[in-house]
Amino acid sequence: MRFLFKTDYEDDIRLFPHSGYFVSYGLLLAVLLIAPYVLSSYVMSQLVFVCIYATVGVALLILTGFTGQASLGHAAFLAIGAYTAAYLQKYGVPFPVYFLAAGLLTGLIGALVGFPALRLQGIYLVIATISFAFIVEEILARWESVTNGNEGMRIKAVSLFGVAVSRDSPTFYFLCLAVLVLTIVGTLNLLRSPTGRAFVAIRDSETAARSMGVNVALYKVKSFAISAAITGFAGVLFAHKLSFISPEMFTLQLSIEFIIVILIGGAFSLHGAVLGAIFIVMIDPFLTYLKDDMPGIIAGIAATFGAGTQAAANVQSKVATFASLNGLKGAIYGIIIVLFVLFEPLGLYGRWLKIKLFFQLFPLYKRATFKRQKIYVKSERNR
Amino acid sequence: MSYFRAESLSLHFGGLKAVDAVSFAVEKGEILSIIGPNGAGKSSIFNLISRIYRPTSGRIFFEDQDITEQPPYDIARLGIARTFQNIELFENASVLSNLLVGRHRHSTTQLWQELLFLPSVRAGEKVHRRRVEQVIEFLDLEPYRDKLISGLPYGVRKVIELARALCSEPKLILLDEPSSGLNVEETGDMSFWIRDLRSELGVTVLMVEHDMSLVNRVSDRVIALNYGRVLAMGSPAEVQQHPDVVAAYLGA
Amino acid sequence: MLDFVQQLVSGVALGCVYGLIALGFVLVYKATEVVNFAQGDLMMLGGFFAFTFIGMMGLNYWIGFAGAVAAMALFGMLAERVVVRPILGYPQFSIIMATIGLGYFLRSVSGMIWGTDDFKIDTPFSQGVLRIGSLVLADDKLSVIAATAILCTLLWLFFNKTTLGTAMRASSENMLAAYYMGIPVKRVVSIVWAISAAVATCAGVLLAPITFIHSNVGLVLGLKAFPAAVLGGFGSIPGAVVGGVLIGVIESMAGFYLAEGWKDVAPYIVLLAVLLLKPEGLFGLHVRKKV
Repeated sequence: MRFLFKTDYEDDIRLFPHSGYFVSYGLLLAVLLIAPYVLSSYVMSQLVFVCIYATVGVALLILTGFTGQASLGHAAFLAIGAYTAAYLQKYGVPFPVYFLAAGLLTGLIGALVGFPALRLQGIYLVIATISFAFIVEEILARWESVTNGNEGMRIKAVSLFGVAVSRDSPTFYFLCLAVLVLTIVGTLNLLRSPTGRAFVAIRDSETAARSMGVNVALYKVKSFAISAAITGFAGVLFAHKLSFISPEMFTLQLSIEFIIVILIGGAFSLHGAVLGAIFIVMIDPFLTYLKDDMPGIIAGIAATFGAGTQAAANVQSKVATFASLNGLKGAIYGIIIVLFVLFEPLGLYGRWLKIKLFFQLFPLYKRATFKRQKIYVKSERNR
Repeated sequence: MSYFRAESLSLHFGGLKAVDAVSFAVEKGEILSIIGPNGAGKSSIFNLISRIYRPTSGRIFFEDQDITEQPPYDIARLGIARTFQNIELFENASVLSNLLVGRHRHSTTQLWQELLFLPSVRAGEKVHRRRVEQVIEFLDLEPYRDKLISGLPYGVRKVIELARALCSEPKLILLDEPSSGLNVEETGDMSFWIRDLRSELGVTVLMVEHDMSLVNRVSDRVIALNYGRVLAMGSPAEVQQHPDVVAAYLGA
Repeated sequence: MLDFVQQLVSGVALGCVYGLIALGFVLVYKATEVVNFAQGDLMMLGGFFAFTFIGMMGLNYWIGFAGAVAAMALFGMLAERVVVRPILGYPQFSIIMATIGLGYFLRSVSGMIWGTDDFKIDTPFSQGVLRIGSLVLADDKLSVIAATAILCTLLWLFFNKTTLGTAMRASSENMLAAYYMGIPVKRVVSIVWAISAAVATCAGVLLAPITFIHSNVGLVLGLKAFPAAVLGGFGSIPGAVVGGVLIGVIESMAGFYLAEGWKDVAPYIVLLAVLLLKPEGLFGLHVRKKV
C-alpha cells in the first residue's frame, strides 16, 4: 500500500496524485493508440461505440451523478446533436463547424430544458424529461422539411481537411477517442473547481448550497447545458458512425441504456461511466456469441460427460432455440440490472476497487469495509 | 445606524403567527443570543434572514442596505453565513470539499476557464485552500480533512458546519443552536470558539441557543421570544430574571 | 356535439385504464415511496394470465378474471420478495432501477411464453351497446368506467378508513419509526405489492376489449399512466384517476380534432404545462424540508 506524503496544496489539485498513475494511464493510452492496427475491424467498431456511449455516460454523470438531477431524456439530446449535424452537412457546412454548432445548439436546448426543471424534484423531473424526449421524438418524425420525417437522414463520412474519413477508419476511432478523453479531462477539471463543487453541493443539500452563496438555479441550468452539450457532441459522432439516422433510434429505450451505463459502471465515478459503456456495448456481441457458438460448446460438454451423439445433438438444438428466442436480450438486460442493484450497487468500478483493496491489504481485508448502510430514508416528500 | 437591523419582521403561515412584528438590532462585533421555548419562532427568524422564507411583512437591513428582497444566494455574498439546527452538510463529499464550497462566494473564475483549468483557476484554488486550512487550524479539524461527512460523528459535523460558514469569511454569522447534540466538553469548546470568532476574526455573531450556560458564557445581549413575539431584551442576567421569561419557561 | 360526447366517453374509458395503472403506481408509492416502473408490465402480465384462463383454458369470464387477479396478487408478492425486499431501505434510485430491470425481464419473458402476437379476450360486454337518444355508447367502455369508479372508492376507503391502510401510510412517512411502533413493515410492503398487482390485473382485463394484449402493451400504457399519476400529484388516489381521465380525454380529443401526431404528444405537453405551474401536480402536497 502506498502512502502519499503531501507537501503542497498542489498535491491535492493535480489529476495524477502520484507517478503510478502516469504509468498505468500511459500504458492504457498506448494500448488504445495501437489498437486499430492490431484488432479486427469488428472490435474497432465496437470500441467506437464504447467511446460514444462513455461520452454520453460522462455527460449524464455530470447531471445525475454530480448535480443530482435525474434525466431520462438524454436520447433526445443525442438526437438533436445528430440531426443538427446531418442537416448542416447537407448544406455543405464543414465538419468542425457543424460539430461545434451541434454541441452549442444542444447545450442551448439543454439550458432551456433546465429552466422548467428548476422547480421539479425526483420523479417529477424524471417524467418531465421523459415528456421532453417524447416531444422531440415526435418533432423529428413530423418536421419533414428539416428531418425528412420517418424516412430518416443519411450522413456522409466526416471530411477533415478535405479528406473523407470513413466511419470504419482508425482516424474516426481516434476522433471519438479524442472527444471522450477531452470530455473526461474537462469534467475532472470542472470537479476540482468551484463549479463542480457547487454541483455536488446542490446534489446533497440545496438549502445549504444556497446559504453558502451558490445560485442554485443558475448552476442547475449550467449542469443541464453542459450535460446536453457533451451529449450533442456525442450525437454527431453517433450519426457519423451509423451513417443513417431516424427518429425511432432515439427512444426512451436508449435513454434507459444511458442510465444503465452509469448504474452498472458505478454511479459517481468517471471510471464507472467508461466501464459501464464497455459493458453495454458488449452485450450484443455476447448475445451473438451465445447464439452462434454456445449450442456447439454445450453439446461438446454434454458429449464429454458421456451423453450420446443423439442426446448431444438434442441438447445442441435445444440450446440453439433458446439462444435465438426473441426476448432474450431484454431478459438478460433485466436480470443484469436487478443483479447489479441487489448485489453490487457500487457497480463495476466498485468491484474493481474492492478487488484492488483486497490485494493491497492481503490478508487483512474485511468484507465489512464496504458494507452498505441501510438508511431507511424518511419520506423524500418532505424535501 | 445599527450594523444589522430587523424591523417589525413577521412570518405568518395561514393563521399561525410564527414570527410576529419582531424588531431588534445587532451592533458590530456583538454576540447576541435569541432564546425561547420550542416553537417560539427562533429558527424562523434565521430562515427569514437567510431568505429560506419570505417575510409576510417587515424589513431587514444589513450594513445600511435593505436586504429583504435579495435572492437567497446573495445573502451569503453580502457576508452573512449561517449554520443549521439539524446539520445540512454535503453528505457524500469530503470535509475539504465541504469547506471549499464555503469559499464559493469568493470564486471569480468563469466556466470555460474551469473546463480548461487555466492558471488563474489553479491560483484561485490555492488561495481558497490556504484560507480553508486557516479555518481547519482554527477549529482543530486537521484529522478529518479527507474524510467523507457521512462517516463522521455528530459532534464533528457540528464543528464542520461552523467551519464551512467561517470559510466564507463572513461579517455576520448566524448560529442555529450550535450546542444541540453536543456533550458538555464539546459545548465548552464551542463557547471558546464563539468568543474567539469575535476576538480573533472580528465576526459579529447572532445565535439561537437553548443551553443557558453557553448563552451566559458568550453573549453580550439576549433576546427572549415566545409565540413569535419579543418578551425581553437585555443582558443575560436581566433577561433571565424578567418575569415574562420566567413565566414562559415555567409555564406559570 | 354527438361526436364530442362519443369522443369524451371513449377518452374517459381509456383514461380509466390509465387511471387504474396509475393507481398501482400510487399505491406502491404511498406505502413505500418507491416508483414501480414495472407497473405497466404487471398489468400486461395480468392480461396474459386472464387470456390464458379465459381464452386458452375456456373458463368462465368471471372465474378467469378472479383467477388472474389472485394469481397476480401472488406474483406481486413474489416480485416484492425477490427484487424489492433485499434493498428495502436503500436509496430510491436503486429501487427504481431494480423495477426497471424487472420490467425488462417481464416483457421479454412474456414475449417468449406467449409470443409477440396480439390477443383479444372476449368479455360479456364486448358486443352490447347503450343507446340514449341518438347517442350510442359501447358497453365495454362503460364497464371500464364503472369498474374504475368502484375500485377507486374501495381503495380510498381502504387507505383512509382501515388500520392496515393507516399502517401503510405510516410506513411510507417513516419506515423506521413505523417499525418501532409495531407495524410489520415488511408484511405491509408485501401486501401493497399484492394489491397493486391485483389492481394492475383489473386494468389489464378491462383493457382487453379496448385494445389488444401484447407483450409491449405494459410499456406503452405504463408510459401514459405514469404521467397520469404525476399529473394527479403522485401519492393521491383520486388524483391518479383524475390524472388518468385527463390524459385519456386529452389524447382522444387531440386524436379527433387535431392533426395526426398530436395524439401522442398532447398529453405530455399538457403535463409539462401543469408541472410548470404546479410542480407538485394537481393534488400533490407541497411540503418543504425543515431546516
